[in-house]
Amino acid sequence: MLFMPGNNPAMLINADVLGADSIILDLEDAVSIDEKDSARILVREALKFLSYKGVETVVRINPLDTEFGIEDLEEMKYLKIDTILLPKADEEEVKLADKLLAGTDKKIMPLIETSIGLERIYETLSASKRVDGVLLGGEDLTCDMGIKRTKEGKEIYYARCRVVAAAKALKISAVDTPFTDTDDYEGLKKDTINAKEIGMTGKAVINPRGIEIVHSIFSPSLDEIEKAKRIMTEYEKAAAKGLGVFSLDGKMVDAPILNRAKKTITTAKVLGLLKEE
Amino acid sequence: MKNILGRELPEYIEGYGKVTPYGTHISETYKIKETVKNKNNGDKVLPSIREALIKCGIKDGMTISFHHHLRNGDYVLNQVLEEIKKLGIQNIKVAASSIFPIHAPMVDLIEKGVVTKIITNYISGPVARAVSEGKLREPIVMMTHGGRPRAIESGDLKIDMAFIGAPACDDFGNINGVDGRAACGSLGYTISDAMYAEKVVAVTDNLVPYPACPIEISQIYVDYVVKIDEIGDPSGIVSGTTKITKNPIGLKIAKETVKVIKYSGLLKDGMSFQTGAGGTSLAVAKELKDLMIKEKVTGSFASGGTTSYIVDMLNEGLFKYILDVQCFDSAAVKSYKENKNHMGMSASMYGNPNTKGSVVDKLDIMILGATEIDLDYNVNVTTGSDGVLMGGSGGHSDTAYGAKLSIVVTNLIKGRLPIIKDRVTTVTTPGSSIDILVTERGISVNPKRQDLIEKLKSNIKLVKIEDLKEIAENLTGKPKEIKNHDKIIGVAEYRDGSVIDVIRRTDF
Amino acid sequence: MDIIKTGKAGTFESNDIYVVIAPNQGIKIEIESPVMAQFGDRIREVIEETLQTNNVKNIYVKAQDKGALDFTIRARVETALNRAAK
Repeated sequence: MLFMPGNNPAMLINADVLGADSIILDLEDAVSIDEKDSARILVREALKFLSYKGVETVVRINPLDTEFGIEDLEEMKYLKIDTILLPKADEEEVKLADKLLAGTDKKIMPLIETSIGLERIYETLSASKRVDGVLLGGEDLTCDMGIKRTKEGKEIYYARCRVVAAAKALKISAVDTPFTDTDDYEGLKKDTINAKEIGMTGKAVINPRGIEIVHSIFSPSLDEIEKAKRIMTEYEKAAAKGLGVFSLDGKMVDAPILNRAKKTITTAKVLGLLKEE
Repeated sequence: MKNILGRELPEYIEGYGKVTPYGTHISETYKIKETVKNKNNGDKVLPSIREALIKCGIKDGMTISFHHHLRNGDYVLNQVLEEIKKLGIQNIKVAASSIFPIHAPMVDLIEKGVVTKIITNYISGPVARAVSEGKLREPIVMMTHGGRPRAIESGDLKIDMAFIGAPACDDFGNINGVDGRAACGSLGYTISDAMYAEKVVAVTDNLVPYPACPIEISQIYVDYVVKIDEIGDPSGIVSGTTKITKNPIGLKIAKETVKVIKYSGLLKDGMSFQTGAGGTSLAVAKELKDLMIKEKVTGSFASGGTTSYIVDMLNEGLFKYILDVQCFDSAAVKSYKENKNHMGMSASMYGNPNTKGSVVDKLDIMILGATEIDLDYNVNVTTGSDGVLMGGSGGHSDTAYGAKLSIVVTNLIKGRLPIIKDRVTTVTTPGSSIDILVTERGISVNPKRQDLIEKLKSNIKLVKIEDLKEIAENLTGKPKEIKNHDKIIGVAEYRDGSVIDVIRRTDF
Repeated sequence: MDIIKTGKAGTFESNDIYVVIAPNQGIKIEIESPVMAQFGDRIREVIEETLQTNNVKNIYVKAQDKGALDFTIRARVETALNRAAK
């Protein structure tokens, strides 16, 4: 998920060309207080004029307890976006957002970046049926907790795992906080590998040059793709014969393995590793 | 009359002559160099440029040539023209292989009629603007890096005096380009001048003991040697080198380009490659390097215009040799000096279509830029969209013709201007030489290359150039056509000397 | 909408347009742009449309364009109007 400052026309024009799976048009932290109105109007006009192809379009509004937040949401809710990224999310904020979005098909992605949001994460994420993913906000969270944010990330280890657990429990995606040193590609790589290993299903980035690195780590390997393709082929053969289960290479292929194979194929197609048929 | 690209051309242009339209068969001529006349028995070293001009017999109407290896740090051209002016000479034809902003003093000389004609391969800055405004009395002739030596060697372009900026020179006129403050590496663009000009003067700030090895230009061609304080500014000599672009759009284009190379079938041992010096072109070099390492490919040669990126590829064993016509940065100069596998080539060897073989004909992959491209894949690098002179072919037409795969890499939109037009403002390189266009919003293959389309289509999404144009115009709106003046202020010559287009005056 | 004070919006970054508006008698628009020849008319058109949509009949607009697309022009003019009307 690529963060883009909402008040920057050049970036808005090119948002869908940079290779990200999702773009986050940011009206909050990337925009100064006296430009909040400017950004909102610019993003609104951009969404009316441009059509972002093949990317999930997300808008990070200002917190709903600020003068800007409600106005942001009211403006954005009928535009061509998929999801509202809700900063400083907790149970109340999500419920309020859900109410304000009535009559639309927009999703909500809570941004967990406060201690209360973290502690009450399960309630926060289940407060609305619109929630289909969660993003961890490491910078603001460490600020809220009064601790230092480091590259290594030891201080947010608990937060990361907690977010993953809650997301898995609710079967939604979990996206890791961005790595903020934009010149340290090795560091980004390590941070992303770590995110994948603890169960995150995606990573936010603030530098377009990091997209390829994130993709390469989250993408299935060629072997995994080949194996998944073989599983799907056998599955189709078995289904044609009316068989529910089948074996491949001497091992039984049951539902979880089959599901993982399906996901691998989908991910591979999204990442362009497999051509759409 | 129209040439085969549909460009409207007069049959005769005042100050240029009879127009041979591009597409007409031109018989190849090759003039054998006559024996050196007026062998100099005295001391070749003269005390000043003025002395050299007088000794060489400077007269009104003569053609004076210069090379551009000192690029935007060149002091030689300005000093020579200043001395010519002081001698009260008029109607000089300046045959400089390129002209840069540092040559701004020429504008005054143009206005005063000291300089009335320019023949060049690339022009930018105040001189370009002055010519576009119509201040030059005769039309400027824009040639290519390969076409200029063709013209010199065939007698089409007769040079009366060649002034060669020499980073190091001895008292017998041996010139070397790798030593001295103003070291610039290869002197490829001046070799035909040295061999064919009536008089040759080496201008140096570094007179070294005889012999000035490694000798790039032999004493047998040089009439006189003049020592001055500084022939150029080192920081200007290696200016114009760009680093790899940091712009994510440029990087995406580079990655897509290398994907095209990968599936083109040309990525294999023995391949040859050349790229420009722009930010995106260099990014392609870097991506290609990574791919060649991954696929364990060893190329035969890289050519150019070389930069540190190409030198790195040589040093890492990805190419066996570099054939170099000009060095853009100090890493390239150093490599040229020290590595015997990094050798020079004259502009003639590089791209002259009338020799027994030119390097561009051996080129597999060429990465090119574009200011504009049209639906026939004709490319403009000579004028901006407003018709103002800003650039020129350089080696564009030569390499595009010779290369097996000519790829234009560019943003789809620059500022608010779409790169793709119905018809380009000025044709520099014909569409028949251009194979592929890579932009951040899509890749188009010239329909004349069905073989390439077949190779690429199962791995790369290809779009029609008309569709890319529409995508661009949906974003920018359709630009209004600019109506230029009627007066012709320049002639764009193709590498064989035929006229591929004309350039008209712009009113500022 | 009545313009009662000056309003500014936009930046001098690439693809943006810096718009300054002020009270005036009638509509007066001044435009500077590197693509004046190709898009000058269109820029003026978009500004005029935006003024019309907001029912502005008296205004001075100075626009310094850096290659902005239509949506950016619309957005910046509207923002400047809002700031000048408050």
